Amino acid sequence: MEMLKVTIDNKTVEVAPGTSILDAAAKVGIQIPTLCYLNLHDLNIENKPAGCRICVVEVEGRRNLAPACATDCADGMKINTHSIRVLNTRKTVMELILSDHPFDCLVCAKSGKCDLQKMAQDLGIREIRYQGEQSHYREDTSPAIIRDVDKCIMCRRCEMMCNEVQTVGVLSGVNRGFEAVVAPAFEMNLDHSECTYCGQCVAVCPTAALTEVDHTYKVIEALADPTKVVVVQTAPAVRAALGEEFGLEPGTLVTGKMVAALRQLGFNYVFDTDFAADLTIMEEGTELLTRLNKYLAGDTNANLPILTSCCPGWVNFFEHHFPELKDIPSTARSPQQMFGPIAKNYFADKIGIKREDMIVVSIMPCLAKKYECSREEFKVNGDPDVNYSVSTRELANLIKLANIDFHNLDEDDFDQPLGESTGAGVIFGTTGGVIEAAVRTAYEVHTGKTLEKVDFEQLRGMEGVRSASVDFNGLELKIGIAHGLGNARKLLEEIKAGTSQYHAIEIMACPGGCIGGGGQPLHHGDSSILKARAQALYREDAGKAIRKSHENPFIKELYEKFLGKPNSHKAHELLHTHYFDKSNQITIE
Amino acid sequence: MSSIKIKLHQQDIDKLKEVCASFNNDAGELINVLHKAQGIFGYLPAEVQEIISKELNVPLAKVYGVVTFYSFFTMIPKGKHPISICTGTACYVRGAEKVLDEFKKNLNIKVGETTADGKFSLSCLRCVGACGLAPVVLVGEKTYGRVAPDMVKEILAEYKD
Repeated sequence: MEMLKVTIDNKTVEVAPGTSILDAAAKVGIQIPTLCYLNLHDLNIENKPAGCRICVVEVEGRRNLAPACATDCADGMKINTHSIRVLNTRKTVMELILSDHPFDCLVCAKSGKCDLQKMAQDLGIREIRYQGEQSHYREDTSPAIIRDVDKCIMCRRCEMMCNEVQTVGVLSGVNRGFEAVVAPAFEMNLDHSECTYCGQCVAVCPTAALTEVDHTYKVIEALADPTKVVVVQTAPAVRAALGEEFGLEPGTLVTGKMVAALRQLGFNYVFDTDFAADLTIMEEGTELLTRLNKYLAGDTNANLPILTSCCPGWVNFFEHHFPELKDIPSTARSPQQMFGPIAKNYFADKIGIKREDMIVVSIMPCLAKKYECSREEFKVNGDPDVNYSVSTRELANLIKLANIDFHNLDEDDFDQPLGESTGAGVIFGTTGGVIEAAVRTAYEVHTGKTLEKVDFEQLRGMEGVRSASVDFNGLELKIGIAHGLGNARKLLEEIKAGTSQYHAIEIMACPGGCIGGGGQPLHHGDSSILKARAQALYREDAGKAIRKSHENPFIKELYEKFLGKPNSHKAHELLHTHYFDKSNQITIE
Repeated sequence: MSSIKIKLHQQDIDKLKEVCASFNNDAGELINVLHKAQGIFGYLPAEVQEIISKELNVPLAKVYGVVTFYSFFTMIPKGKHPISICTGTACYVRGAEKVLDEFKKNLNIKVGETTADGKFSLSCLRCVGACGLAPVVLVGEKTYGRVAPDMVKEILAEYKD
């Protein structure tokens, strides 16, 4: 391939045709500032509307300045990324953006983590010379996400996520000129739209235009209530990312410190959602084998492929967009919602308290979990199985509020019995992990043999849609995996068309799975962070003594003493759910 | 965004679906479909946008985005005789604003409004591509060229019914 030679700030670099000025500059260590631009390389996610004009550079012989993100290199190009003209323009552009932005940084939810704030700092903005009109929109609060579009800078990252990546299509640029804003159709509230609450819009929003509904104070109040026993469960993906909020390298496992911090915060019992993940495998795996055996016996109504159902964003997606397929996903509740009833029935009985005297808090990498725990079917006489779901980011804030020196905490262990988990439960937090955990158990139950090797490398990876097969003693079990709802859509269309070749499909709504969830520390467009988190989970799995869900001693005990066997009547009552057709539930005000 | 809640009759729905089908339900034809739909209904209520969204398989938010981006599209019902005054550069220079003022005065409404009897509505548009006739006024589908303020009363009189 003919390479192009370009000079950037007097450094010469050779690049392939089609390389942007931004990428070429990065090759020689020049970081051109960007604001609207976002690129998650390995996930095929790129946003470059060239709308903010922060990345403009001077190209010799060109009349106007060029946006570096959206301008390809040409042979012989001479580029200056910090000429006085560039610096003055960048500053003016920034001041104009800020002239229509609220000045409430001190009390803003995003303060300290805001890309706009950081850019203003980097560009040395000390005054805003432009006093103009300011936009005012009504705030939109849903069960999981808050839209405060006064803070929208029209970078359109959320729109790209919602449409191109997730194919949910709720957010779009509407109106024009000064009135332009990203909003749902008819500027309706999110909870009237088809929003899945996946939170990927929040994960990429550079400002506080999109944030999570914050429940930290409700948790503080619960902890301060002496009449309540407060139980906490932590999702697998949290331990692989929480450290980032305290300046640790992405991929640092902080399981022990997290447990210690939760105990210091005052939770009466520190349990693990991984335990409930093991329980999910027992229920979902049994359902898979029941359907598979029917299919092998020649039953044409065996209802295959079976789809996983652990991800509430994904559940919302098919309820809105594919209601005709609502009988195909497993009826097993998500681990969060399995944990709730086990804590409030089995465990509350065990310690001799009433259900209503227990508060269950979940720490999740996810925003859809906030909506999930508020669903009516997960309440008993108005009392939710899980009271509050807080994100990884909110937990970090809680820890800071309680003056805990996270770095110097001694590692601690989860409480028993609902804190005991296997390696299979841990990998639930990354794409491919749920199905790998299911295969470990289903293989042994189906074949009656012991697995020689529990690592199924063929199920791992970051490819958006993957397929693999696992030898079940002569039966070739065909598995599909999708992460990101746009990828899920591809597999669902196949099922609808009757061309799906799979026996089982795992779907996670967020790119990368829960490690890339909408409630995780912000990755600011660096996909290597997601990979590091996934690797951390596989490391924790590899280091566990028990790596198969059905071998978890406390899971065995739970079935012996309480549930009977997987998919029993009691298990169905407490651990399974049903789905709704929400295709016509858009409300036009 | 204010929108008037309406219930579409089955025949309207069928007609709209026919329009979509005539463009092969192609998402790329969204603007053309909206154009035709507005021709049928006079405006684009939410329910019409919903049907178009389903037929063309375009997210509703995108349809709404297009409707609110182009000033030609409206979600407010127009009068029986919609009046559009071109305020593009050529028409503006040749006195469109004075013509507009005259219409406002005679009809006693502002731009974007409809008269109480539902007969006339007033809107501005940017260039109809007939700059040689500037200033241009459209009433319904009829075009008036070289309009002077003193012609406004005459034009309105044509639509006395």
